[in-house]
Amino acid sequence: MSKKIADATIPTIPLAARFQRWFGRNLIRVYMVLAFTYLFIPVAYTFAFSFNDSGKSNLIWKGFTLDNWKNPCGAPEVCNALANSIKIGLLATIFSTILGTMIAFAIGRHKFKGRSTSNLLIFLPMATPEIVLGASLLSLFLVFKINPGFWPTVIAHVMFCISFVVVTVKARIASLDPRLEQAAMDLYANEFQTFRRVTLPLVAPGIAGAALLAFSLSFDDFIITNFNSGTVITFPKFVYTAAARGIPAQANVIGSGMFFLALAIVIAGQLVNRRKAR
Amino acid sequence: MSFDASSARGDLILTRITKEYGDFKAVDDLSLTIPKGSFFALLGPSGCGKTTTLRMIAGLEEPTVGSIHLGPTDITTTKPYQRPINTVFQNYALFPHLTIFENIAFGLRRRGIKDVDAEVNKVLNLVELPHLAGRKPTQLSGGQQQRIALARAIVNRPALLLLDEPLGALDLKLRRQMQIELKWIQKEVGLTFVHVTHDQEEAMTMADTIAVMNEGKIEQMGSPADLYDDPETAFVANFLGQSNLIKGTISGNDGDSLIADVFGQKISLPKNRSHAVDNSIYVGIRPEKFRISLLNTPVNGNVLTGGRIEDVSYIGVSTQYQVEMPWGQELMVFEQNDDGVAPFNKGDAVNISWAPVFTFALRGDEDVTAGSEVNPEVLDEE
Repeated sequence: MSKKIADATIPTIPLAARFQRWFGRNLIRVYMVLAFTYLFIPVAYTFAFSFNDSGKSNLIWKGFTLDNWKNPCGAPEVCNALANSIKIGLLATIFSTILGTMIAFAIGRHKFKGRSTSNLLIFLPMATPEIVLGASLLSLFLVFKINPGFWPTVIAHVMFCISFVVVTVKARIASLDPRLEQAAMDLYANEFQTFRRVTLPLVAPGIAGAALLAFSLSFDDFIITNFNSGTVITFPKFVYTAAARGIPAQANVIGSGMFFLALAIVIAGQLVNRRKAR
Repeated sequence: MSFDASSARGDLILTRITKEYGDFKAVDDLSLTIPKGSFFALLGPSGCGKTTTLRMIAGLEEPTVGSIHLGPTDITTTKPYQRPINTVFQNYALFPHLTIFENIAFGLRRRGIKDVDAEVNKVLNLVELPHLAGRKPTQLSGGQQQRIALARAIVNRPALLLLDEPLGALDLKLRRQMQIELKWIQKEVGLTFVHVTHDQEEAMTMADTIAVMNEGKIEQMGSPADLYDDPETAFVANFLGQSNLIKGTISGNDGDSLIADVFGQKISLPKNRSHAVDNSIYVGIRPEKFRISLLNTPVNGNVLTGGRIEDVSYIGVSTQYQVEMPWGQELMVFEQNDDGVAPFNKGDAVNISWAPVFTFALRGDEDVTAGSEVNPEVLDEE
């Protein structure tokens, strides 16, 4: 046991040094508050104005109401547009996730001629400006005498989502220890059982993340959609068109709803992961 | 799906196996028989082909040429899941998304075994970890994961259990403990174990038979004592423990012994421990077989005179000396600290003696540094 030193003899640390230490420790928190404020002001604004008793134009705060939330389809066309966006988004997600996952396995797992080239080419759609992609796709569809509309939009969305899916899933595959699959084969699992019991469950979080990403990219897309959707109105197109006349508060309701839905999915995912790790 | 190979039992026979990767021969014309029920070790430095050999036995690689038989059944080209062979992987390769119970049950379920619960619980008791059944692999310590990996393999009662550097990730103390435990489990379950390692001490502790591999070939095969006392090549002499190899010439014959001339001094060695092809030899003596004595002290057996102590390291159980001989070579001598004789000092003029029976002879054209430049503790997997 050590002897207690008399309080008076404990050397004090100068105030300046103490402040510096506090500042050093808390600087990251100050940054954090500033960064999150910056990121969330638009979301908060959107959310707040979803309660605006706006009438036709939702630019000025006129008073609090729950009417918009009670009747999100109140504005003409808004729910029709939303339904179109969800339909296109789901279809694009399903196709791009399946195709992208298969490509990711091919590139991540198999050695073939042109593998590194494919690896590079898969990035290209991500790097190409959307405006160019959208315009080119439209002219391509027209060359093949396909009129813009619902399915051309789905095809266009699948195309640009695939790259993101491949990149996301490939990262997950890269982190997968090949010995786990060898161990499964060693333990009497044939190729299909190995994939079903070991590979797929381990890559699944990557695939799920890729699917969410694909959906949000598709749901959100305006530029490419605008070129290729013809008369089909999607949610972003609706908002864009409505902006000329004043965006209805229902758009804010739907936007906020989407935000909270995404938040809920992320939190649920985290909870599931945490339980799995336990 | 053909499962005709899965019931194969018997000795494992590798016949003239070669595995090439491009121009590189990982395994070079290797033939080997591993008797049923034995604890067999493949020992060698990194890149010697031991892991490749193991992977071919497991079915994870196919030999370029050659055949693999398990008893009478040819399993050379059968898939890993068609072989009654299970592996304890390096770093264990436990399935991170499954519980310990499901990890162990994996093989049983794939084979459609009925009483999965009873089998899994039995093997969990064998490795003394029944309380961990519900956990996930990441929640286990290294030693626990190691035992679960073993349990996951032996629960299937394979004809052959392969262990790929299974103790490499454990710390020294745990490794020693697991070595004893593995040996006990092998006796308990009566399976054939094939153990791949670069750790000569580990191989010697556990295995009945060791095959020392170097550059895709088997240098020598035998019991740990045979390999240690009577190495046939410089590689084995240096890789398994340490050796003093002294240049010499066979100059005569005396019954069961050979007389050799070592820089003008005569020594004798047993005929059956000479692996020379002509009169040019390297005389080999293990450092702990040497005795040091001051000049003029009478000694028995072989004597080399004219030494001078260059370095003394006291390491508790023994004292290690470097003794410089008249021809400039430094010999290693390990003396047990058990005889009450005061240790010798640096600079002492000494004789070195030993019993002739501890002498072996290698071919005179050997590379005396073979196997000594690799530090097996540092090098990891291939």
